[in-house]
Amino acid sequence: MKSALATTACFACSTQVHAGEDAPGSDERPQKGDLLVFAEGDQEGKPVTAAALSAGGPPVHAWPKDPKTSVVRSASRLNEILIIRLDPAELDEQTKARAVDGILAYSAICSHAGCPVTAWVKSDVGDKEVLKCMCHNSEYDPRAGAQVVFGPAPRRLAALPLALADGSLSVAGNFVGKVGGAQPG
Amino acid sequence: MTRKQWLLSGFVTFTCLASTLASTAAVSGPIENYAPVTAQRLENPEPANWMLYRRTYDGQGYSPLDQINTSNVKNLTPVWTFATGVVEGHEAPPIVNNGVMFVATPMGQVIALNAKTGDEYWRYKRQLPDDLFQLHPTSRGVGLWEDKLYLATTDDHVVALDAKTGKVVWDTKVQDYKKGQYMTLMPLIVDGKVIVGGSGGEFGVRGYVAAYDAKDGKELWRTYTIPGEGEPGHDTWQGEDWKNGGGSAWMTGNYDKDTKTIYWGVGNAAPWPGEMHPGDNLYTSSVLALDPNTGKIKTHHQYHQNDSWDWDEVEAPMLIDLQRDGRNIKSLVHPGRDAIFWILERTPTKINYVAGWPFVSTDVWKGIDAESGRPIVDPAHKPVVGKRVEFCPSLWGGKDWPSAAYSQKTGLVYVPANENFCGGFTGEKVPLKPGELWLGTKPEDIGLKTKPGADHFGELQAWDPATGKKVWQHNFPKSQLFGSVTATAGDLVFVGGTNDRNFRAFNAKSGELLWEQKTNSGIMGMPVSYEIDGTQYIAIQSGWGVDAQRIQDALVTNNIGIEANVPQGGVIWVFALKK
Repeated sequence: MKSALATTACFACSTQVHAGEDAPGSDERPQKGDLLVFAEGDQEGKPVTAAALSAGGPPVHAWPKDPKTSVVRSASRLNEILIIRLDPAELDEQTKARAVDGILAYSAICSHAGCPVTAWVKSDVGDKEVLKCMCHNSEYDPRAGAQVVFGPAPRRLAALPLALADGSLSVAGNFVGKVGGAQPG
Repeated sequence: MTRKQWLLSGFVTFTCLASTLASTAAVSGPIENYAPVTAQRLENPEPANWMLYRRTYDGQGYSPLDQINTSNVKNLTPVWTFATGVVEGHEAPPIVNNGVMFVATPMGQVIALNAKTGDEYWRYKRQLPDDLFQLHPTSRGVGLWEDKLYLATTDDHVVALDAKTGKVVWDTKVQDYKKGQYMTLMPLIVDGKVIVGGSGGEFGVRGYVAAYDAKDGKELWRTYTIPGEGEPGHDTWQGEDWKNGGGSAWMTGNYDKDTKTIYWGVGNAAPWPGEMHPGDNLYTSSVLALDPNTGKIKTHHQYHQNDSWDWDEVEAPMLIDLQRDGRNIKSLVHPGRDAIFWILERTPTKINYVAGWPFVSTDVWKGIDAESGRPIVDPAHKPVVGKRVEFCPSLWGGKDWPSAAYSQKTGLVYVPANENFCGGFTGEKVPLKPGELWLGTKPEDIGLKTKPGADHFGELQAWDPATGKKVWQHNFPKSQLFGSVTATAGDLVFVGGTNDRNFRAFNAKSGELLWEQKTNSGIMGMPVSYEIDGTQYIAIQSGWGVDAQRIQDALVTNNIGIEANVPQGGVIWVFALKK
């Protein structure tokens, strides 16, 4: 949590931030064994537990955290993760295989222009709620591997494999798919 | 010869062939005999060239070329095209200096081409950071000075390129892209200064205009569009609101060469609901008159106060000498996003309100105070916190950033307007998080509605600014109009901007549609005209995206029968008369 706060403070106060000033490992991608901690709200910095996730959404925003050094990997916005709990019966086969108790994790970075995916709203083209990037209206269905259902995004959100032990979530492997916008700027 | 030697020899031959092919397939730089750009050439550009955003410092978007005219435009035909290789909104005018064309595209790219043949000289591709996020992934062009070009980038740098080779001469960081600060405008070049303004009003920035030394990239001055403590106008804000008050300045300014004054448009206050930043909020939704040498604010005019509709007024007003009400007026003409067609008078010390009238229907304004020029707001249509408020026109206004044009021949102003669109949202106090949208409402709550029974949306309007009368109007039944307009001395008006991918030419006097060409994508860029070896050309980038696409998403959701798929991907098109 300390690290996450420090990073936020640096964003707010200085245009002279150098990568070297961030804690070592804080800009590295999530790694197997990393814990997941809330990125915002009252629980910021605390571990994301299965019990803290509302069934059927909305998703929570999380950062990976190195359990050995306690460094939160929040120095790169490409590490921001969406965690959502859905009814396992709604998931397609491939997505179901990756879910733990219906819980799924995806990159929070839109594959179009790299904006954060912030909304959980009813789709423009269907009745279900979807993950939506409000910059350019790209929509992703988390029940189907976050495939694109509307908007200019060229590909699905990268997925992050999860593990669940004693009610706490952790990272089970590297991102599956490319993180970030297809064509920055 | 052993087998190994033979293979080696074959390889050498192949590489020689390849390099020969490369050099014949394209002209391939460096560019010979490049014509250096001087203050004199920018102040009085040759008719054959298009070296500033709107060709001339007065921002009129008018070409004096007339080989292509109302009688022969039906014979206009493509002479070459060139794929930019990237998607998203292609908004830049192809800039032309003595036969060399420079095209800026999304993704921080500049392409130098032979403007006659379409052969590439060189291409600059900026390595943009992986974690860059872009609300408006575009570029509006490169500024020219001496033998260099200047690009303002979406990762918030100003970059100088060698015009002959495309090599980077200097690269200066302006602000921090990680905080949502970025640039999309074409720099304004005035007497060796590269002048830019920042984007990012949706991310809670404090806007500014800044100048850099064209030689070495050193910052010369920076003027914030929101006055700080102790500065005039600061008292139009309360508390700390000014620190994140918006006022981004993301379009190129115009320049009065006689009085040495820059006129720069300023964006809306942030976040959107005015209730969250009480006061007039200078200098948001205003035009600033700046001294190019110091950045000092000479004077200003605020079009509307305490903006609550996302109506930034960033397109700089056109400088037009008007005969109006029996006198000569050095005017500033601005068809606003706030739906008001503004006529102002520029004097050395003051900008005076002359006239204003709605050019599309609006329920926000009850009238304009005749003395001060302050529009009188209807509170029923001003967004507030905690209650949904509807208003017309929509967030995109009567006319967004795409430029209007003025023809010196017809004396008319041509406006790419949108009618029958309304918007609405519920204001909500949302905490500012660096790098995330900060609108004062839930982004998913924002609506664009079409009026019931609307028979069209886009309108190309022709107005006489001297009388305030509309002379003609062309309606687009199934499309918005979201592209810049250019007028020529051939009594033609060129515009794209529609979702059917067409590029069109109208009779500037009558509004008759004279010619159209279906292109690869939708056009939201700016048409230009230039001449080489006695032939007049018209050039445009076709490449749909950004806000034209956002409006399209809303149109498709609301209306059956509207084109659902406007393909993306940029192409430069160049036209001339069929010989």
